[in-house]
Amino acid sequence: MQNHFPLWKNLLVLGIFLIGLIYSLPNLYGDDPSIQVSSNAAMAQDKANQIESSIKNTGIKLKAFEFKDGRILARFNNTDDQLKIADLLRDQLGNDATVALNLAPTTPAWLRAIGADAMYLGLDLRGGVHFLLEVDQDAAVKQAEDRYNDDIRQALRGEKIRYQSVSKDNGFIKVTLKATEDKPALLTLLGKEFRTLDITEPEDQTQVWLKLSEKEIRDTKKNAVAQNMTTLRNRVNELGVAEPVIQQQGDNRIVVQLPGVQDTTRAKEILGTTATLEYRLVDVEHDVQQAVSGHVPVGSRLYYEKNGNPILLDRRIIVTGDQIVDASSGMDQDGRPAVFISLNGVGAQKMGKITQANIGKPMAVVFIEYKVDTKIINGQKIRHKEKVEKVISVATIQGAFSKRFQTTGLDSPQEARNLSLLLRAGALAAPVDIVEERTVGPSLGQDNINKGMMSFAVGFILVVLFMIIYYRLCGLFANIALAFNVIIIVAILSMLQATLTLPGIAGIILTVGMSVDANVLIFERIKEEIRNGNTPQSSIFIGFEKAFATILDSNITTLLVAVMLFGFGTGSVKGFAVTLIIGLLSSMFTAITGTRMIMNWVYGNRRVEKISI
Amino acid sequence: MKTTNINFIGNRKISLTFSGILMVISIVSLSVRGLHMGIDFTGGTLIEVGYPQAADLSVLRNTLGNSGFADATVQNFGTTRDVLIRLKPHEGISSVDLSAQVLEAINKNTTTPASLRRVEFVGPQVGDDLAEDGFLALLYSTIGILIYVAWRFEWKFSLGAVIATFHDVIVTLGVFSVFGLEFDLTVLAAILALIGYSLNDTIVVYDRIRENFRSMRKMSTETIMNNAINVTLSRTIMTSFTVILVLVSLFFLGGQVIHNFSIALLFGVVFGTYSSIFIASPMALILGISPEDLMIPVKEGAELDSRP
Repeated sequence: MQNHFPLWKNLLVLGIFLIGLIYSLPNLYGDDPSIQVSSNAAMAQDKANQIESSIKNTGIKLKAFEFKDGRILARFNNTDDQLKIADLLRDQLGNDATVALNLAPTTPAWLRAIGADAMYLGLDLRGGVHFLLEVDQDAAVKQAEDRYNDDIRQALRGEKIRYQSVSKDNGFIKVTLKATEDKPALLTLLGKEFRTLDITEPEDQTQVWLKLSEKEIRDTKKNAVAQNMTTLRNRVNELGVAEPVIQQQGDNRIVVQLPGVQDTTRAKEILGTTATLEYRLVDVEHDVQQAVSGHVPVGSRLYYEKNGNPILLDRRIIVTGDQIVDASSGMDQDGRPAVFISLNGVGAQKMGKITQANIGKPMAVVFIEYKVDTKIINGQKIRHKEKVEKVISVATIQGAFSKRFQTTGLDSPQEARNLSLLLRAGALAAPVDIVEERTVGPSLGQDNINKGMMSFAVGFILVVLFMIIYYRLCGLFANIALAFNVIIIVAILSMLQATLTLPGIAGIILTVGMSVDANVLIFERIKEEIRNGNTPQSSIFIGFEKAFATILDSNITTLLVAVMLFGFGTGSVKGFAVTLIIGLLSSMFTAITGTRMIMNWVYGNRRVEKISI
Repeated sequence: MKTTNINFIGNRKISLTFSGILMVISIVSLSVRGLHMGIDFTGGTLIEVGYPQAADLSVLRNTLGNSGFADATVQNFGTTRDVLIRLKPHEGISSVDLSAQVLEAINKNTTTPASLRRVEFVGPQVGDDLAEDGFLALLYSTIGILIYVAWRFEWKFSLGAVIATFHDVIVTLGVFSVFGLEFDLTVLAAILALIGYSLNDTIVVYDRIRENFRSMRKMSTETIMNNAINVTLSRTIMTSFTVILVLVSLFFLGGQVIHNFSIALLFGVVFGTYSSIFIASPMALILGISPEDLMIPVKEGAELDSRP
């Protein structure tokens, strides 16, 4: 019997269509503007109730309020309500919780239960910011060298080895001893505590040159990126962004995508800065004016206060930002913006010891910020790094304190909030540089969706009409297969949660135009066989048979190119490649097997005089 | 559509000359005028803003000029209410804060502030990387195709297909160069998709030539090729037509952002269709393809054995 599918094959094809249909369904449901509230510690039910009633008290209509896994999801009817409530909650909850704007899908529960979700929309469709950050790995290596430089000096002092100098020079740390007799002791020390360093012994017997090993340089660079990603993730979480994307790209770049974020200036400030604090004692023994004129005492460093006044601080740091485990912002007793700080054990111990010993003496808080700019000067890319250090407050130590204390001297509550956020999230291991930014406003995102849908609908209808006019009934079969093709593409995109972008929609549209090609090849072949005098039944059979090899070859070459596009493309271009690849594969299935099945139902297993083709 | 009987191969001098002229124009324009590269490749900043009413561009230009952005190019984008501002990588000015500064400058002295629709900032180093990646994608696709077609068919076909595809790419790039259309990442994606499409078309014809070589043994290579092109002609035109239908829809309704993408593909599909009919097969013929190249080898070395 020609042109007949066995039952299992019919069922298989229908089964795939059915699954496709179900998994593409969530895309028909829209999104609700919503607010997500979460906190570090799990939220209690009564707190959630409290928030719910405070939203209701405003008179704004709440569409739904869900409390699950210690997180609140509040749905609203429009974005105005959403924004109003978000502002309200942010003021009310302060640092206790993170308030994030979100678009919550309205997918019914039974679909969510089987893991069916709507397609993940790219930033160009939903609005938001995309950053590409480049990590300055060399700076991380330099910091490691600095650290070794200090450590070696300290170790030499500890072992009582007399040295002339320890200095950095061209990637080397050069140790110059006072006398050659001390060299064996130095080498023993190095072998014991600095095994990771490569040692070179130059002709000058008083010197030993040290260098970071290749492996350590590599590790330092890798760790810098990894640590920065952790820090950035913390910072983004603090910002309150729903569904952020933070990914490494290449060796030294990090992609950060923040859907729905419009305030890019603040986002950039938070992501890019390496702000931290240092606590130092004020040097009261030496004269500041002498230092300004160039005679800075050995144990001190010259700083400037916010108002421009010079001040001498002790070279040794009491604690740094690394030792801060928690920070929150607020007002002090006098109503000034303040940051409340908690230290870890080591920091607390040190702080306790030093404050104990220096009661009545002044201590200074230094605010340190690295700013990185890339400027183009005479066609050359120059990366300009600026370390801004300013003393934000000087206060007399009233009594010993250790773990918890507060710092004032910040300009505004906003600055206090940002600083506490940065201290909480941790410091960046190496400075980052924003090398790419793409921001799409929410109105443009919706615009892009509308335009994409419109051109898809019109293109689809044109192709469908054309196929019916040209191939009659067979054209209709091809159209049914085409419709299922689109459904399957959408279903696969939804299942994979691949990112749909505007070029991605273009890819689907292009697939619609190209996927009927397989049907055209088959139909033309069938027509040819009929012209050659074959019976309709065997023409269908031979037509499908002969066209198959051609379809396979031509599609595989296209697939090859699409895969290259996927491999080398970034962002929205990748989205295009993804839909193209999925579209090609699914169109082969629907155009060959799907069309065949329908034709078998209509023409198979009986005498056929004429095919409507 | 009745099967046609056009002597495509016999008239190959005409088509090859025509293509030659197109190629020369394209290459000359590409080397003299170059491509109008978008900020994806050059680096720079692009800011799209929207106004409630039609925007006065000259006022905007003045404002920007007075605020130190004299090199900004200002133009409408799609509608008169949407404005696109482009800035080159800036000498001496921090690139990161540029978009905020520009928005502040144009909203300073106006009662109808613009709303920010889109900002794209691409650092120069990223631009170079994107260009390099694009070039590599082109290169590897070409190599991949050469190998696949050589494996499935024969190297003369493979080379013929690559030459035909190369022709389509150069001429489409030529169109972008001659008309000064902006070449950005989406256009690059379109060019790669075009390679896939053009090949697809060519492979269908080659596939038929291969089949004919095996079934029409007595005929000359030229006749066999002509027959293959003619019997696949209605398919070639049909498919191109459906693709053009969706591309036209995309061009008119898809919005400004993918305008150039649709243009590249529209031209590409037209050239791709043309080249798979007029260029790909004559190329294989010129390279010396013959039925023996595609015979299924019955007994290898049988001839050698009979020699003394």
